[in-house]
Amino acid sequence: MSIRIDDELCTGCGSCVASCPYGGIEIIDDKAHITEDCNLCGACVEACTVEAIILEREEFKVKRVDISKYKGIWVIAEHYKDKIHDVAYQLLGKGRELADILKVNLTLVILGANFDNLLDEFSYYGVDEIIYVKSKILKDYYSDLYVKVLTELISKNKPEIILIGATPTGRDFAPRVAKRLNAGLTADCTGLDIDAETRNLLQTRPTFGGNIMATIRTPRSRPQMATVRPGIFKTPEKVKKEIKIRKIDYDFKEKDTVSKIVKIITKEKVTVNLEEAEIIVSGGRGVGSKENFKIIEELATTLNAEVGGSRVAVELNWIDNDHQVGQTGKTVSPRLYIACGISGAIQHIVGMQNSDIIVAINKDENAPIFKTAHYGIVGDLHKVIPSLIKEIKKVRAEETI
Amino acid sequence: MKIFVCIKQVPGISEVKIDPKTNTLIREGIPSIINPMDKNGIELALKIKEEREAEVIAISMGPSQAEKALREALAMGADRAFLLTDRAFAGADTLATSHALALSIKKILNDSKKDEKYIIICGTQAIDGDTAQVGPELAEELQIPQITYVQKFELKDDDSIIAERVFRTEEIVVIETKLPVLISVLKQINTPKYPTMSGIIDAYEQKEVTKLDAKALNADKAFIGLTGSQTEVWKIFIPERKGEHIKLTGTIEEMSRELCQKLKEDKIF
Ligand SMILES: Cc1cc2nc3c(=O)[nH]c(=O)nc-3n(C[C@H](O)[C@H](O)[C@H](O)COP(=O)(O)OP(=O)(O)OC[C@H]3O[C@@H](n4cnc5c(N)ncnc54)[C@H](O)[C@@H]3O)c2cc1C
Ligand SMILES: Nc1ncnc2c1ncn2[C@@H]1O[C@H](COP(=O)(O)O)[C@@H](O)[C@H]1O
Repeated sequence: MSIRIDDELCTGCGSCVASCPYGGIEIIDDKAHITEDCNLCGACVEACTVEAIILEREEFKVKRVDISKYKGIWVIAEHYKDKIHDVAYQLLGKGRELADILKVNLTLVILGANFDNLLDEFSYYGVDEIIYVKSKILKDYYSDLYVKVLTELISKNKPEIILIGATPTGRDFAPRVAKRLNAGLTADCTGLDIDAETRNLLQTRPTFGGNIMATIRTPRSRPQMATVRPGIFKTPEKVKKEIKIRKIDYDFKEKDTVSKIVKIITKEKVTVNLEEAEIIVSGGRGVGSKENFKIIEELATTLNAEVGGSRVAVELNWIDNDHQVGQTGKTVSPRLYIACGISGAIQHIVGMQNSDIIVAINKDENAPIFKTAHYGIVGDLHKVIPSLIKEIKKVRAEETI
Repeated sequence: MKIFVCIKQVPGISEVKIDPKTNTLIREGIPSIINPMDKNGIELALKIKEEREAEVIAISMGPSQAEKALREALAMGADRAFLLTDRAFAGADTLATSHALALSIKKILNDSKKDEKYIIICGTQAIDGDTAQVGPELAEELQIPQITYVQKFELKDDDSIIAERVFRTEEIVVIETKLPVLISVLKQINTPKYPTMSGIIDAYEQKEVTKLDAKALNADKAFIGLTGSQTEVWKIFIPERKGEHIKLTGTIEEMSRELCQKLKEDKIF
């Protein structure tokens, strides 16, 4: 296993240097050289325009799966209090698209206890088939039971792609399932596509804190598994469709799991629902103080919007943790996102760039947020926002006439 | 009891900047650090050790410079440290990483008292790859239960633990399970303490970092490094910024009015 540069072909153009996330290539005397820092990730192989970089994988006699035996796309639903998590609907939308490219079925898998009467609802979301694994204990989430049931189902039915929400629950069972099946798993994807020729799933995700994006594929094995960040894909329009329902009863007992749920605690405070908000008004360091954050809230109230914040605003305690938008906060895609006093660091951008319309208010005309915003206002937010509130009220008043 | 803490050396990415001209990462001067949540892991291990007789063992897989991260773990108070380092481990995805880590833990357990109880602590996720997969895959390979996203932890008795797992913004589940167990911790679980001066001296003068290569682990090359990985990086790129970028002009009143007009055209109101 090694990476090699063909000196005859290398033109010293340096595009490999630019592609390397580890700083593992240097140009010496017009030829590329691999350094100690190389992690064999292979990004440079694709970047090289003259095919001078060769990544050699040793082939071993391990049992290889027959890729052609795997067909179909599965979405695994997560639920809580008998409600399916929104990300499952979002994945059905994307899953339908991918299934149409591959010309295969889209299957929704639910492990639960009380879904008999709710399954019909899914006939509106592009599903061809539902596999409903029913057992009383599956009302709650148990790591080991999920892993057992899912690996058995997957081994038997052989789907080629499995999509799971990148929530703490999805990210708890997906890696164990992948390990048990020796399958590739890509975490926290924000983009999915199909390479029609090879049927490979192209999985794009942020790394290095969102500073770079990587597209990952799983070419040699099946199933291809991915967890997908909630809020990235939109819930599809409702269209009625024929579905097939397969119900499988499992007779699990409490003793079948090594873990015991002692209790579930719900934090009392009513939390925001940024992921579903139509309009979000966010504030950053530029707001200046906790006191001043009221103006953000006022604009939000005027627009019937939710309030968001940058990490700095959260760290300074101007606003609660739940309101943070970005790489380590929420990913949102409202119809309108207004960023006030936010510089537009990439970690913030990755959380809000899918918004339909982005407005930025910032006093620094060179702030990077203006590169992402559709409409930019250069100015002091403490003056701009009150004026904006006045105008919005005016527009609203005209409407009611 | 043995407490294994898996630590990863990562670039301190809050300082990673993009060179706007070449669109590449500026890496110069970026310090390597212990993945922040792994530090919380070390701190938790040390706290358990205050209550029970336990040996804290730090393990890292990485290039030879990762020894520095392990020295820091020793300085914080870990008893022993192992560095899995070998060109054959390079290019590992989470499947291959967890396999190498599992082999090392099995080896250390094999060399210790029979049936000794153990806990493995990982960070929930590393800030470079951000996958949160290594912990659960390691637990799976060792066939032990796991609790991920842990913000509070308690040893119940010598045989079981109770942990609080955050699973939604508003909800926490309290789980009880038996040892051996793997937990992956969140940063709010504790505040890591700085090493003391004597801790630092001990780490360099009294304690050792044991290096293990693929041969020492008896690793099958088909399951480690690049070859043992199922996923592969196909393309890397700098995220593009979308949008039409209209900068409004005029007085504040004029700009506010124009924005409202635009938003009306866009059917926001
Ligand atoms: C691993 C990692 C994860 C991260 N995750 C996130 C995340 O999830 N979310 C996030 O937001 N950040 C995240 N960050 C932090 C991110 O890099 C930035 O530090 C942060 O987004 C900056 O917040 P800010 O824009 O509020 O502050 P600053 O960057 O300080 O920007 C303040 C802006 O306000 C403007 N301003 C000042 N006064 C006024 C005024 N009176 N009127 C108008 N404008 C004014 C200034 O011109 C400036 O542009 C993360 C960082 C790392 C390393
Ligand atoms: N190379 C490594 N060496 C040791 N521990 C690791 C390594 N990679 C990941 N881990 C552990 O697994 C956790 C999750 O990492 P990741 O799955 O990469 O997000 C980290 O916080 C570490 O505890």
